[in-house]
Amino acid sequence: MSASINDIQNAVIEDFSMLDSDMEMTINYIMELGEQLPAMADSEKSEDNIVKGCQSKVWLNAAYKEGKIDFDADSNTAITKGLVSLLIRILSGRSPQEIIDSDLYFIDKIGLNRFIGTQRSNGLGAMMKQIKIYGLAYSTKSNN
Amino acid sequence: MSQVIEQQQLDIQKIRGEFPILHQQVNGKPLVYLDNAATNQKPQRVIDALVNYYQKDNANIHRGVHTLAERATTAYELTRKNVQTFINANEVEEIIFTKGTSEGINLVASSWGRKFLNEGDEVLISAMEHHSNIVPWQMICEERGATMKVIPINQVGEIIIEELDKLLSEKTKMVALNHASNSLGTINPIELIIKKAHAVGAKVLIDGAQAPSHLPIDVKALNVDFYAFSAHKMYGPTGTGILYGKRSMLEKMPPYQGGGEMIREVSFTKTTYNDIPYKFEAGTPGIANVIALNEAMTFINELGKENIAKHELALLDYSTKALNNIEGVNIIGTAQSKVSVASFTVEGIHHFDLGMWMDAKGVAVRTGHHCTQPLMDFYEIEGTTRASFAVYNTIEEIDVFIDALNSIITRLRK
Repeated sequence: MSASINDIQNAVIEDFSMLDSDMEMTINYIMELGEQLPAMADSEKSEDNIVKGCQSKVWLNAAYKEGKIDFDADSNTAITKGLVSLLIRILSGRSPQEIIDSDLYFIDKIGLNRFIGTQRSNGLGAMMKQIKIYGLAYSTKSNN
Repeated sequence: MSQVIEQQQLDIQKIRGEFPILHQQVNGKPLVYLDNAATNQKPQRVIDALVNYYQKDNANIHRGVHTLAERATTAYELTRKNVQTFINANEVEEIIFTKGTSEGINLVASSWGRKFLNEGDEVLISAMEHHSNIVPWQMICEERGATMKVIPINQVGEIIIEELDKLLSEKTKMVALNHASNSLGTINPIELIIKKAHAVGAKVLIDGAQAPSHLPIDVKALNVDFYAFSAHKMYGPTGTGILYGKRSMLEKMPPYQGGGEMIREVSFTKTTYNDIPYKFEAGTPGIANVIALNEAMTFINELGKENIAKHELALLDYSTKALNNIEGVNIIGTAQSKVSVASFTVEGIHHFDLGMWMDAKGVAVRTGHHCTQPLMDFYEIEGTTRASFAVYNTIEEIDVFIDALNSIITRLRK
């Protein structure tokens, strides 16, 4: 059986714990994660797929196949892209119900709240909301 | 007063000693605070004045007969008197306390606009205004059937005077523009613009938010009709500002808000209003803030605005040269005459990443559109990174800022 959402969240928390809450190392690591995120096709970077944040842009595309939702995402800022890659790692390839039920406690645990707060609003909070909306939308689809 | 202080070298380390907030670590690094155009820090004497007021003098002002009310009222009115001197106003009654620059502009747009703006009239603003000096005019123009027009700027960020000349006409009823731009640093030739506006019979409001800590303000010499500014950008408390208005203007204007302080007599059929400035000061104001503002003005006066400006411009010059030496850095706002604001973009790097990285290094800068979206549209950019300097900043701090900038550029271009 593959790793659950919480298994992956726990692994992420473990990875971040090595950074010892050092902000410079944390940001550097987040940017590295972003650099490893597979590139999103330009055609998917459409207006429809924009999740608007205050200072940065996030594109999110969802594809529903065989009961699972695959997410593709990108951002125009290096840090947000890294944060986006974490969400993709945790939530892509899950069933709508898993997404609806997910409790993303890793954000608080690794001290990323400040990256999401209203002032630092960078599209990530909006992206999390959008992912849940996709979960809800496809859950009604799968129930029908 | 600042005018009589000779040009002197300021003892910056001694000045830094007066600002407790500067002596801390942020993210494990010594704080380098370069967000002074947003708000600057407060010297101990301002903090003491706030604490002292609440410990010893707190009472509601004006209508009380007891000792504390008298003390609070005296201190509050002393600040008004000192603001009059600070900006060289004719009369103390021309000084109105507000929540800040934005409220001052809203007060004029709403009260003056409702009475004096009519269909077909025009309000001119510049292309480099803060949203606070755009939106209130849009709102009142819409309400009154007037039109808001925009004075264009050139690529370096200066108002094009010939274009202003073309826009000015007998239809122009108000010209509203900033003394200095928060996004670009440009110091506008307000004296000239006021003369030109008056020549066609228009009134002038100056948004002075970026001015009071380092630019001379002489409302009498300027012959300006309205001048609005904030305490928190002149080493004073947040939530308090000043609106200067000529007596002849203020007396003709209806009250802005109804409430306690602004009335003479109230009955259910008729209310008569208080005289200026109280007519425009409904409700209990930020008494402690106003009283502490007095200390902020003393701080500025003791150092001398021209000494402060000289130090800050040396920092601006140093940082401008350093920024120009970095490949891909583009300074936005290169006017001849500037306050200490260095706004820039870096090719291929988003300002959000820059700002976050700087913060990890202990450096506080502002990123984004700085509440001047139309100006960002003019430059075809999403936003900038802005470093802005105050009297307590040092060359060493700019070195830390430039090093941090170089390190993120190296990191993201690898």
